[in-house]
Amino acid sequence: MHLLRLHFAVALSGFRRYATYRVATAAGVFTNTVFGFILAYTFLALWHERPHLGGYDQSQALTFVWTGQALLAAAALMGGGFQDEFQERIRNGDVAIDLYRPVDLQTWWLAADLGRALFQLLGRGVLPLALGSLVFDLALPASPGTWLCFLAAVLLAIVVSFAVRYLFALCGFWLLDATGLGALSGLLSVFFSGMLLPLSVFPGGFGDTARLLPWSAMLQVPADVLLGTHPGGAAAGLAFQAGWAVVLLAAGRLLQAVATRKVVVQGG
Amino acid sequence: MSDARAVGDEEDASGPDGACGVDTAGAAADADAGFIDVRELTKTFTVRRRSGLLRRTATSVRAVDGISFALRRGEMVGFIGPNGAGKSTTIKMLTGILTPSTGRLRVAGVDPWQERTRLVRRIGVVFGQRTTLWWDLPLRDSYALVRRMYRIPRARFEENLARCVELLELGDLLDVPVRQLSLGQRMRGDITAALLHDPDVLYLDEPTIGLDVVSKARVRRFLTTLNAELGTTVLLTTHDLSDIEHLCERVVVIDQGRLLYDGSLGGLQEAGRGERTLVVDLEYEMPPIAGLEGARTVRTEGPRQWLAFPAAASAAPLVSRLAAEYPLVDLSLREPAIEDVIARMYGG
Repeated sequence: MHLLRLHFAVALSGFRRYATYRVATAAGVFTNTVFGFILAYTFLALWHERPHLGGYDQSQALTFVWTGQALLAAAALMGGGFQDEFQERIRNGDVAIDLYRPVDLQTWWLAADLGRALFQLLGRGVLPLALGSLVFDLALPASPGTWLCFLAAVLLAIVVSFAVRYLFALCGFWLLDATGLGALSGLLSVFFSGMLLPLSVFPGGFGDTARLLPWSAMLQVPADVLLGTHPGGAAAGLAFQAGWAVVLLAAGRLLQAVATRKVVVQGG
Repeated sequence: MSDARAVGDEEDASGPDGACGVDTAGAAADADAGFIDVRELTKTFTVRRRSGLLRRTATSVRAVDGISFALRRGEMVGFIGPNGAGKSTTIKMLTGILTPSTGRLRVAGVDPWQERTRLVRRIGVVFGQRTTLWWDLPLRDSYALVRRMYRIPRARFEENLARCVELLELGDLLDVPVRQLSLGQRMRGDITAALLHDPDVLYLDEPTIGLDVVSKARVRRFLTTLNAELGTTVLLTTHDLSDIEHLCERVVVIDQGRLLYDGSLGGLQEAGRGERTLVVDLEYEMPPIAGLEGARTVRTEGPRQWLAFPAAASAAPLVSRLAAEYPLVDLSLREPAIEDVIARMYGG
């Protein structure tokens, strides 16, 4: 109970920290919207040439684009979020302070990142999606049940995204400067989440593999849950996400135990 | 020792406090004598260095090399040494975030590494160069998080916060985001954050670094009060030796991982062959004063002359001879600068 309340407080502080930067949020909304328009017109051209590419019709493809924009910041599809901060703390030794606290490192950062994600979902997610739906004909579901499933899928997407970024960030304990890895992690996630192009578009073994990787839980699955196009239904999608969340969080705990035991905390 | 503080400029109130501390220690000597107990502590790091195209050689570096010392409960001790002496490594082992290679370590009866999560609730840590506060949040919100983290009962929390706010003059700053605080304000905020959960032990790492004179004095005054009223055991690492002079009766000096000195501040000056200086103002310019036993003139400047003599010796005979044999106008006594003393010790 105590722990729950603590982590709730941490999440709330994460939310508030991001909420203080209003101009940055406005700039983010603008960027997301512009990016959304560019992708939307690219997809329009693509789907005009190849209707039903990846099993989506045109309005489903556009819905995919704007869902991606809604999740871009919240699920940190281009990296960032707590990752930059945590990496910097490992690099400059501030992580020692985190270790002095009577709190688990992973759950602490998870709570903080969830708070951030919730703010960015509201601040940078809802508006671009709404704008997109005004300009384009999107295939948004009418059933509240689907929306609820979608929200669950978004939550799981954020958790999986956290778990992946946590693993990358922990590597900083060994590499000392994990900036390169951070960039790699962002690149992988932009592509393998389906952000650039839905993963269902890719044929053969490559496509099959890409759809099984954890990054697909960050956008491909939530988008499919929203569109009702997930093979095996929404439940299967959610189970896939939950499975990756558990595996990756467990891996993070393991790596964290090794990292804090073995590695010297930097600097005086 | 008492003459070593002849020009102790302020707050001699620490005298009675010290005496009171001895009394309590006498009552529960066994339990409190080794409140922090370090025995033959070593820490060896393996450093791998590239020595060829593909070859890497591993060398082991002894950051801490067989250090032993003990702190009584309620003591305030200065822990000093040059950069790379092993201070931070020792502190990290004392707080449980590094494992010792060999040796025994107890803090408040607890093995820090084995029971880190239990220990962290009993210690407070302040780093002058880092902050435990949340950059984007007002102090008040940071403290609320600390309260949850340490499960501090609300009444206790309010009381501790109120005390720190009053003594550290934080009242107007509670709603200011940390990033807008000055260094001195942030430092006071950090000290408060480290004390809200009533730690038995407080580790301070360079708590006055970069602070102006007023902020320094405020922090020092606060630490003195804290130590006197709550009996918090304080281990203070600093490069600012005037911190030590103001706060600590006892210093532990380490260099290259070894214990160089453990004892009173006055003793340190003797160990470092410290010299006191008598600044003599004469009526008129004279050749350097000579022929006074045990003293030598180290500098002259017009009618003013500087005479150095051993820190352990009394100034009285010197002064009476000066007064008898020279046209004396004024004189003042300067204690040896502890920096010089320690520099001499480091030099061997």
